[in-house]
Amino acid sequence: MNVTVMDRKPEVINQSFTGFIDCDVHPFYKSPDEFDAFLPERWREHRRSIGGRTRQGLAKSTGYPRMSPGAGQRMDAWPPDGTHPGSDLPFMQQQLLDLFDVSYGLLAPLVGGAGGERNVEFGSAMATATNEWQLARWCDPDPRLKAAVMVNIEHQTAAIAEIEKRAGDRRFAQVQIPPRGLEPLGRRRYWPILEACAANGLPISLHLGGTSGHPSTGGGWPSFYHEEHPSYVQSMQTLVTSLVCEGVFEHLPNLRIVLVEGGFAWLPALCWRLDKAWKRLHAEVPFLRQKPSEYVRQHIWVTTQPIEEPERPRDMLSTLEWIGIDRVMFSTDYPHWDQDDPRYAFKVPLPEAWKRRIYRDNARALYGLD
Amino acid sequence: MQLSSIRPIDCDIHLAVPSTRALVPYLDDYWREHVIRRGIDGDNLELSAYPPNAPLNCRPDWRPQSGLPGSQFEQVRDHVLEPFQPRFAICNVLHGSQIMFSEDLSAALCRAINNWIVAEWLDRDPRLRASIVVPAHSPDLAVAEIERRAADTRFVQVLMLAMTELPLGRRQHWPIYAAAERHGLPIGIHAGSSFRHPPSALGWSSYYIEDYVSQAPGFAGVLNSLVTEGVFNKFPKLKVVLIESGVTWLPAHFWRINKTWRGVRAETPWLDRVPSEIIREHVRLTVQPFDEPPEQAQVETIIEEIGSDEMLLFSTDYPHWHFEGTDAVPHGLPDAMLTKLLVDNALATYPRLS
Amino acid sequence: MSRHIVATVDEISPGTCKIVTVKGREIGIFHVNDEFFAVINRCPHQGAQLCRGKLLSRLDSPAPGEYRLTRQGEMLRCPWHCWEFDIRTGQSWCDPDSVHARTYAVEVEPGATLAKGPFEAETVPVTVEQDYVVITV
Repeated sequence: MNVTVMDRKPEVINQSFTGFIDCDVHPFYKSPDEFDAFLPERWREHRRSIGGRTRQGLAKSTGYPRMSPGAGQRMDAWPPDGTHPGSDLPFMQQQLLDLFDVSYGLLAPLVGGAGGERNVEFGSAMATATNEWQLARWCDPDPRLKAAVMVNIEHQTAAIAEIEKRAGDRRFAQVQIPPRGLEPLGRRRYWPILEACAANGLPISLHLGGTSGHPSTGGGWPSFYHEEHPSYVQSMQTLVTSLVCEGVFEHLPNLRIVLVEGGFAWLPALCWRLDKAWKRLHAEVPFLRQKPSEYVRQHIWVTTQPIEEPERPRDMLSTLEWIGIDRVMFSTDYPHWDQDDPRYAFKVPLPEAWKRRIYRDNARALYGLD
Repeated sequence: MQLSSIRPIDCDIHLAVPSTRALVPYLDDYWREHVIRRGIDGDNLELSAYPPNAPLNCRPDWRPQSGLPGSQFEQVRDHVLEPFQPRFAICNVLHGSQIMFSEDLSAALCRAINNWIVAEWLDRDPRLRASIVVPAHSPDLAVAEIERRAADTRFVQVLMLAMTELPLGRRQHWPIYAAAERHGLPIGIHAGSSFRHPPSALGWSSYYIEDYVSQAPGFAGVLNSLVTEGVFNKFPKLKVVLIESGVTWLPAHFWRINKTWRGVRAETPWLDRVPSEIIREHVRLTVQPFDEPPEQAQVETIIEEIGSDEMLLFSTDYPHWHFEGTDAVPHGLPDAMLTKLLVDNALATYPRLS
Repeated sequence: MSRHIVATVDEISPGTCKIVTVKGREIGIFHVNDEFFAVINRCPHQGAQLCRGKLLSRLDSPAPGEYRLTRQGEMLRCPWHCWEFDIRTGQSWCDPDSVHARTYAVEVEPGATLAKGPFEAETVPVTVEQDYVVITV
């Protein structure tokens, strides 16, 4: 090897926009007992005896194991004390928040099991507990971190109550709902919850995951994680389809939806397909007064991670344009294995104006952040 | 793009079984009596994936006064064979026979459909070709039906629905792929679902338009299954045709499955090359419906991103309503692609056509 | 080019790595079976600290459902997106670049099945001299 190797600088295609807003950060607990502080005795006891129950066969793990320990964590994100990645605020500050001078980090808790819990009373109690836990462990100690209102949408009154309780508390940026639920989210039975979000000016974050109990694909359960990982894209596509075709956006003109961790390159072709089908089938959904793609354009945001990797890197530019530069928001997904580094995620130079919007301004506007 | 003077190969037209009763003469003695005894001959076995009166499913000028579109030879002659002058038209029959829960009943009815296709269609016009209809949820009986039909080279493909009980790459299906590969028959995977499961992981959606739109994501699941389970490793000569997929979702699908492969390959180590290359080699897509972008430049970009001029197969998807007149070639496709699209790719995909 | 002593042979136990800084660049020194290898501590994909990854075996599979380990411990897996690199050559297992999908010809090493691509982890020559591990940069 010659000297030029040593002198070669790492290729930075896009200098990260320091002060970026990270639209997907995953906090974790050092011990699940941390939720007990925020649970009434009845549910503390329930958590210890029966525990969480979701619509799947394994009680505590996924049937599609991930590729790295800790159910898919970045291998270098284990804090020095050996606790779970994402569970240590100082380490998160060191690896993410301070390292990149992050302006804000939007928390997306995948702990607590509130959203998928079959016992909806317990799920609602865990939702409240998870919300208190976010404030106590994360947002109050580091106000750069914004919480997500966790709810269990199968318990309508509790979900609405929790949303209304948190509305106006600017430590909460959005409401987090699992995209895979018992029924597609656009269905009318969920409208009162969607109404509460819209009425209180809270965007809805649909972070991939969740255990609906239905197979991950319309054709049955895949064998491999290799299939499960991209199957979330199909869930996002059918989610957008449901929200649009059920007329949710016609009913709630100020509702805003963020699709988190679902990728984004699939969105233009879905819109083309929706528009084409609507041209023929609009009589079935007469309450839609615009083309489906227009509803998407007005109501849907996407986060960047896992960043798309077109075979020709420059195709990223047209893809972003087709979606709309004002609709795309940067996220790392720290500390998961497939997280993106803001310096290297984009393999093509972005115009300055695009970088400002994607790394900061779009999220600032959507979430009303200073 | 005009068809000009090239006589195309139409890789997807739909014949409709006029009624279950029409199949009765084509059942053997046992099943004929059985079906009549139980009144199944009077049951309507339409698939819910394709309500025949929905606007998408029949172009107004193709809708007959009575009966199902595509159920009479004269309709196909007047609507497809005369106007398009195809060298061949591949007939795909979608019928509830293929999804009856009883494997034996399903197999008997599928056999009757194939008998009906031969007697009332293939024997009627030398331009017609057909897919073998099989009970895909019963691999052994499906293979028996393939073996039964293989000698008749007017059967050029094996037909399966995109979404059934198990993802199509699962090993339980492999006897079907072995038989198809052995006989030089591509697997034609048709849009739609038997609805053994809801159309997606989200559960049961409300509207037909949602079902229709989610057929495209359904194909993504199919490809992920076929590729990751190693179907093309095991059956290197097998070709798969995605029928009525919409097409333009394919590039984003490539990017995502390739990205996943680079990190998750260790789970499926037989995948020794990038999935998009596997798909470009083994998979073909019929062009109608074509979910076209609003701008010509976008169509060109998508075609470049698909990255192969050998993947697309001309089809009218008769009688589904995707175009007016004979304007069946999607707008914006490069002229240089025309001959391959209309003829060559089909000949390469369906060896029995030569 | 100069030679740098980076470790004693006993310092790095088998299957582990010592990260050193030479000429301003971090380099991971790996002890694999009875040999030493050195890799620049940067993943060409998204800049992760490659040498904090795991040493794993190469996985060969002649057919679906058949699993074989070869070249135990000679693949370095990035701690982020799990890309795998041959510790000897730095060659990435997965071909990440298909700019001209139709015309790109995948070259395959005779007798091996690694698909080559332009992304390589940068390796550094290593020798063992008496009890010392030496790299040349």
